[in-house]
Parts: sequence; structure tokens; C-alpha cells
Amino acid sequence: MQSTSDSSALPEATTEPIVSICDVHQSFGAVEVLKGVSLDVSRGGVVCIIGPSGSGKSTLLRCINGLVPIKQGSIRVANFDVHTLKTDEQKIALRKEVSMVFQQYNLFPHKTALANVMMAPIHVLKENQDEVRERAVALLKKVGLSAKQDAYPGELSGGQQQRVAIARSLAMRPHVMLFDEVTAALDPETVKEVLNTIKALAQEGMTCILVTHEMRFAREIADEVYFTDGGVIVESGPPAELFDRPIKERTRAFLSQIL
Amino acid sequence: MRRSQWLDPLPRGTDLPVLLPAAAGLARSAASERITGFPMLRLRAAHGVALLVLFAVGCGIAEAQGQLSQPSILTTIWKWTPLLLRGFLFNLAISFLAMALGTVAGLFLGFAQISLFQPVKKTAWLTTHFFRNAPWLVLLFYCMFLLPFQITVFGVTIPLPDWIKATFGLSLPVMANVSEILRGAVQSIPTTQWESAASLAFTRRQTMWMIILPQCIKRMLPPWMNLYAILTMATVLVSIVGVSEMMTLTRQALSAENRPGLLLAFYSYVLFWFFIYCYPISRWTVRMEAKYAVNL
Repeated sequence: MQSTSDSSALPEATTEPIVSICDVHQSFGAVEVLKGVSLDVSRGGVVCIIGPSGSGKSTLLRCINGLVPIKQGSIRVANFDVHTLKTDEQKIALRKEVSMVFQQYNLFPHKTALANVMMAPIHVLKENQDEVRERAVALLKKVGLSAKQDAYPGELSGGQQQRVAIARSLAMRPHVMLFDEVTAALDPETVKEVLNTIKALAQEGMTCILVTHEMRFAREIADEVYFTDGGVIVESGPPAELFDRPIKERTRAFLSQIL
Repeated sequence: MRRSQWLDPLPRGTDLPVLLPAAAGLARSAASERITGFPMLRLRAAHGVALLVLFAVGCGIAEAQGQLSQPSILTTIWKWTPLLLRGFLFNLAISFLAMALGTVAGLFLGFAQISLFQPVKKTAWLTTHFFRNAPWLVLLFYCMFLLPFQITVFGVTIPLPDWIKATFGLSLPVMANVSEILRGAVQSIPTTQWESAASLAFTRRQTMWMIILPQCIKRMLPPWMNLYAILTMATVLVSIVGVSEMMTLTRQALSAENRPGLLLAFYSYVLFWFFIYCYPISRWTVRMEAKYAVNL
């Protein structure tokens, strides 16, 4: 089940999807959160999922990462069938492929920014400490936080914490990045610095799946936008079509509320 | 616009979800009590002054009841002080030992309480709550009467004097409370920390030791120190089972003096020594609690 794909030899957005979700159902108790969701993401593709709160967007991301087991359907990421992974070892192997950034940053408060970035590669990937440090310093530079590498999360602003969180995820060298409303807890000014970081990442060919309420950003960055409501995908398409010429009444209603 | 509305914009008896400072303080102490099981000990300098006043009143009463031929109260107390302090040191020794034993055992029990293996978890939960809710004195008597006066291991006979048995007895509730402090601290770390650790492919064990527990230590220190102060005050219980610590010696001193007037003065003197020892611990605990409450 080990992935053999090498990031340096990524093929140009092939037809073979790197993430393939088919008819996924998920419920919490009696509440059905996902009612048959299917979507494919090609290698290097950028997908945005939009929709009202409670429509199952975040749950879907958690399912892709194997944080939440699914009730029905299948999820395939790279060479992993996520829905069949049982043991911790298998799930860990998956999570080395797919990394997730959360709305509330969730940095480890007792570690500096640099240590936050270095922890997982050293302890999970068992990589050489000096190499990891070099990479972590480079990643923090990339997200524009070289000056803050010895700061603790409590000393950083929300936007800075979120960029550290992105660097921390990237340090695992994932092939797919999941962003779960990463700007929802930020003030409008700092939203931009985080979005720029994500944009740079997408332009480098990272496969990204974003759950977002930033419509302008979604339009700008996405190859494909999915509108979800009530646990199903109502409509999908390239951003220009979905935002400008939505077909479904529900999509129109949603977009008219926020645009 | 009526003037009063500007001065008092909130209607009386509002249900607005606003925590007033006092309410926030209450909520915080309620949260810490849920973890420790005890109210936080908050000794103030005023309590010490009150004790001194009590002591002075006790001395006054004793002087008034005494005869001129008898030595003064302060001289009498001074005469007994070396002996009483030796007893007090014994109290402290018992408190150190019981705390050390209880903490080590309690940490094991606490880890068992957060185990994913249900039988271990259930057993640890039951043990914790049994010893946490049993009266300390009953546990003390159990240990005094159930433990043998000596044990023989591989032909070596180890005597178990009364004070050792009493220390075991006191370490049982300490163990249960430390177990609960650990469980409470681990559960107080937001689940999002577990989630983000999982998304970075940390195993449960790694998450526990590298991410959760280091954050717990800060949260555990104040309730742990509070528990120690409470244990120190509880060490006088062992006088009931005949260990010659400060209380026992005070009683003996009083019967040797045979002056009923001395009672109040002597016992407030004992109280004062406990205050002197526990006051700094209490202040330090409160300070630490405030500091970590801001940082976390």
C-alpha cells in the first residue's frame, strides 16, 4: 500500500485523480451529515468546496484524512483506500500523504514556531534533525515568518499562527493539502497573508482541497468549485461558470446572499 | 433618550451571556475544584493575624486563670517548643513521604484511567473513586489494623512501625486525587490538539508524551500543590492512631503541665505553625494558577 509517487516526478495534471471520493455517507447519531458525495481531484488540481454552515464540508475533509470513519461509499487518496484503513499504521501512512490545516490553527502551544514545524518530520518520519531544521527554516521563510521562528504560538497573531500551521503541514511533504476554513477565525487584514501563502502553494502544483467562505479567493484560485448543501453536492463546475451562471436555484440563492 | 438608559444599558436580570468578572472567577474556581476535588486553599495574611490574636487571647485567659507562683504562659510554651517542633518535623516527614508515594501511585492510576483498554480504565476509575470518596480517617484505620507490624521478604524481616503504616494510609487518598488531577488535566487539553497531532501522523503514544502531557504539567502543578497543603494539615490525623507527631506531643505536654487554661494557647500555637508552613505554599499556588490561566 506504500505510495511510490515522487513529488519531483509529478506528471502534468493527468486524468488519473489523486483523490477520488465516491458516494460517501456519514452520520453522527441520527443526523446524516453526508448523503452520497462524489468528487474527483486530479493531481495538482485546486478544488474549493463552498456552502452554508452544517452542509458537511468540514466533515468531508475529515473523512479524506481518515480522522472520521465513513458509513458507506469509498474514498481513495493516492494509493490508499481510506475507508478500508483499520490499523493506526495504515492511517499514519495515509496522513503522510495528506496533510490538513485547521480553522483554529491548533499549533502546539508549548513549542516554538520552528519546533512546531520540525516535530512531525523528526518524530514521525524519523528524519535527520539537521536536515529537518534546514527545511523548517526554509518553510518558515517561505510563509514569511523567518523573524518569528523562535516565538511561541501565544506570541503570534492569528494570521501568523495559521501560516506556521501551513508550514508545519508542508514539512511532512504531503501530496495533498486540505484546508478547513483556514481564514474563518482571522480578521480581514490578516486573511490576505494566509490566502497569498495558499495561492503560492497552489501555483507550485500542490493538490489542494479547500473549504472556504472566501468566494473571491475561490474564484481566483480554483479549477473546480463544489457547492454543497444538506450533505449533497448541489452543483459543481469551473469557478467562472458556477459563480456567474449558476444553474440550480439553491446555488443562486446562496450566492446572492453573500456576493 | 432617557439618561438612565445610557448609564445602565443592560436591563436588570439580563440573560445576556456575559460573564461578569466575579462570575468568571467563580467559574474558574469551580473548574479547578472539579479537577482537585477540593476547594483551593486560599490562606491570607489576615488569617495569620487572626491566629495570633487567638493565641494572645488564649495566653490572656491562661494568665488570668493561673496562680502567681506558676511560670508565665510564654515561658511554658517556649519550654515545650523544641519538643513540639520535633513533632512538627515528623508531620512534615509524613507529609513528604505520603505525597511521594501517593503521587507515584496516582500517576500510574491516572494513566490507567485514560487507557483505551476498557477493563483497565474501569478498574482504575473504580479504584480512584473509592479512595477519593472514602473518609481519610477510615483509610488510616484500615491501614493501621490490616497491615502487619513487620513483613518478611526473602528471609529479610522489615519492621513496619506505626508511622509508616499511617503514611501508607494517608498516601491512599493522595493517590486517588493525583490520579484524578492527571485525568482532569489530560481531558482539559482541547481535542483539537489530538486532532492536529493525528493529522500530522503522530501515534497516540507520541501525542500523549510529546504534545498532551507537556501541556498538562502546568495545569497539574497548582492542584497538586493544593493537595499537598491539604495533606500536610491532614497529617495530624495520625495522632489518633498513636503516632507521636505534633498533636500527640501537644496533648502530652498539656497533661504534663496539668493546667486547663493552657488549652487554647497551646492549640492555637500548633495552628500557627501549620499556618506558617502552608501559607507560602498557598500563595505560590494561587500565583501559579493565575499565571498559567493567562498563558493557556
